Amino acid sequence: VLAATRNSDSRPTPVDIALFGQYLVNGLMLGLMYGLVAVGFTLFFGVLDVIKFSHGDVLTVGAFTAFATYLALKATVTLPWLQLVIVSVVAILAMAVLGALIARFLVLPLRSAPALNTLLITLMLGTVLRESVRLFFPDGSNPKPFPALLPNTAFPFGHFNLRLDSMILLAAGLAMIVAVHLVINKTKLGLAIRAVAQDGETARTMGINFTFVILVTFAIGSGVAAFAGVMNGLYYNEINFGMGLLLGVFGFSAAVVGGLGNIYGAILGGFLFAALQTIGAVALPFASAYKDVFALAIIIAIMTWRPTGLIAEKSSERV
Amino acid sequence: MFRPRHITTVLATALLAASWVTPAAAKDKVKIAFIGPLTGGVAANGIGGRNSAELAVKLRNADPKAKYDYELTVLDDECKPNTAVQVATKAGADRGIIAAVAHYCSATAIATVDTFNRLELPMIVWGAVLPDVTYRNKYPEVHRVNGTMINQNEVASKFMTGLGFKTWVVIHDTTDYGKAHNEYFSKDLKADGGKILGTFGVTADQQDFTAELTQAKALNPEVIYFGGLTPIGIRIRQQMDKLGIKAVLQGTSGIKSDAYISGLGALAEGSLSFLEGAPVDKLPGGKYFQEQYDKAGYKEPPEAYGAFAFAAMKLVLDKIEAVGPDRAKVTAALGDVKNYDSIIGPVTFDDHGQNTVSLITKYVAQDGKWVVWEDSEYGAGKRKLK
Repeated sequence: VLAATRNSDSRPTPVDIALFGQYLVNGLMLGLMYGLVAVGFTLFFGVLDVIKFSHGDVLTVGAFTAFATYLALKATVTLPWLQLVIVSVVAILAMAVLGALIARFLVLPLRSAPALNTLLITLMLGTVLRESVRLFFPDGSNPKPFPALLPNTAFPFGHFNLRLDSMILLAAGLAMIVAVHLVINKTKLGLAIRAVAQDGETARTMGINFTFVILVTFAIGSGVAAFAGVMNGLYYNEINFGMGLLLGVFGFSAAVVGGLGNIYGAILGGFLFAALQTIGAVALPFASAYKDVFALAIIIAIMTWRPTGLIAEKSSERV
Repeated sequence: MFRPRHITTVLATALLAASWVTPAAAKDKVKIAFIGPLTGGVAANGIGGRNSAELAVKLRNADPKAKYDYELTVLDDECKPNTAVQVATKAGADRGIIAAVAHYCSATAIATVDTFNRLELPMIVWGAVLPDVTYRNKYPEVHRVNGTMINQNEVASKFMTGLGFKTWVVIHDTTDYGKAHNEYFSKDLKADGGKILGTFGVTADQQDFTAELTQAKALNPEVIYFGGLTPIGIRIRQQMDKLGIKAVLQGTSGIKSDAYISGLGALAEGSLSFLEGAPVDKLPGGKYFQEQYDKAGYKEPPEAYGAFAFAAMKLVLDKIEAVGPDRAKVTAALGDVKNYDSIIGPVTFDDHGQNTVSLITKYVAQDGKWVVWEDSEYGAGKRKLK
């Protein structure tokens, strides 16, 4: 019945340029968000070989921190761009601190334990963070309207609604990726992170402060997650306590398919996953509800073909 | 072997009993259960229902004429079928629990009816609207005080075509709840002469709807029908605006919540929803219910189905008072409810335990509130649905 309804009516042809433009922008925004989450997963895995499953929920806490900051500022600061700057900075810094604390008190102490323990403990931490937002944020069970702090000018081209705020978000997201790239590849800190990622023990004997590097890495990854959370809030104008859960899963899938431990792999994986979801929803003849099934199935297929991901970590650990 | 421990238990019980010898302790304790989604996306509705059911128990316990002292066991079904079956089994296996008032989510109610039947625990559904909950089987244990989505969609379809709308795109979640909404509404709409241009199933925890909505936009419908619950209803309405879709959002009882409006702000304006029964202030006992609810000092609002949870719990307590704390007797007594006077109006269960309320109220979001259509400026012709 479903297929019949959909086919019997004049659905626009997929070659409609305006429509294609809209799908492209939708997909790019999604991909960017997945990519930013994936960067965190890949950074953590890079330096410590751990999977930190609370990452998506750190994003949620970041978005809610931003929202709370906005509510506190609303009365005193009225300029939207200033609000946006303060809100983003507070959220990013707060999550950087949270990330470092998680690393210091939950991840590092378990360093000599099996990796599975870290995975489980961070999975539990994720639930704690998520439920804490729900329980302790006022009326936290319900979705919250995240303020539109960017200019909401829209340029309609047929079926394509080009929004200025989406363009700004895209640019900001790309800038964030470039910034992370520069930190990792062009700074002394980045060199230390790469050294630890390659061989923690040797890096330590070379005089690198191992613990410090780990904490900074977790801070960077979590700060980027907070940035993605704010972006998510600005894009959808809605945040809820469960928003990080699926973003975490998709971000993780993106990181894995791209090659855990490789930043470009994470970004590539993010865009690939978003593209698959969009194709699944748009171009395939079955109900759009199966788009995640479709996207994840393709990811599984890619994983069997390239077990270490599309771009594998440079220093393979297999001997 | 167990004797020493047994003796200790007896002693402890005796001691406890001795310490409780006060006039109030003369009443026997009777346990009843409330089940609803207390965590997860629709927790606001579950908590509103929990408060309302708890209020009915509190009022009864405060009544000196009550024969028993009631103790409410609250269980969380998380709006997930598997969790719901677990907690329903827990309630059913506890022989001390005499009856249950259960489920807001249709997906959970349809999953547990077999459990209630198997464990012979009489129950009343307080919020789920899927017809199958009462009509798929003929379980003597299962009852429902609220109406089903059959009535809701009939009224919705006639109303919308009556307003002159002609084209729809249907978006529904792919749980039993959303699928059934799609099925009934599509059937009714066809009969009433409306045209469905496209149908999209979405998952219940989806965050991004831009792919579906971009397709919907290209189909250019006058109305987007949404069969699902508040959290994704908010996202869909929000993202419709992002994509510049100018259609009316027609929801179901699933978005008739304060959360829908507070989550959307000004964007909620002009959204439609349909709900069985009447708004609390128009219910026969609505004023009384709201007064008692406020007096009890609950922080959260009762939400759309609070009054039903209250009425269901009160009905259960009345029957226990009448026939005693015995599951079989309570089941039999519930099977014979005719013109029972409740705050939601007279309740009559048909042979499937379904209350035969046919009243459906139409709501439109106006200035940050759900307003009954007939009382709204839209209904009066002063504003137009865009």
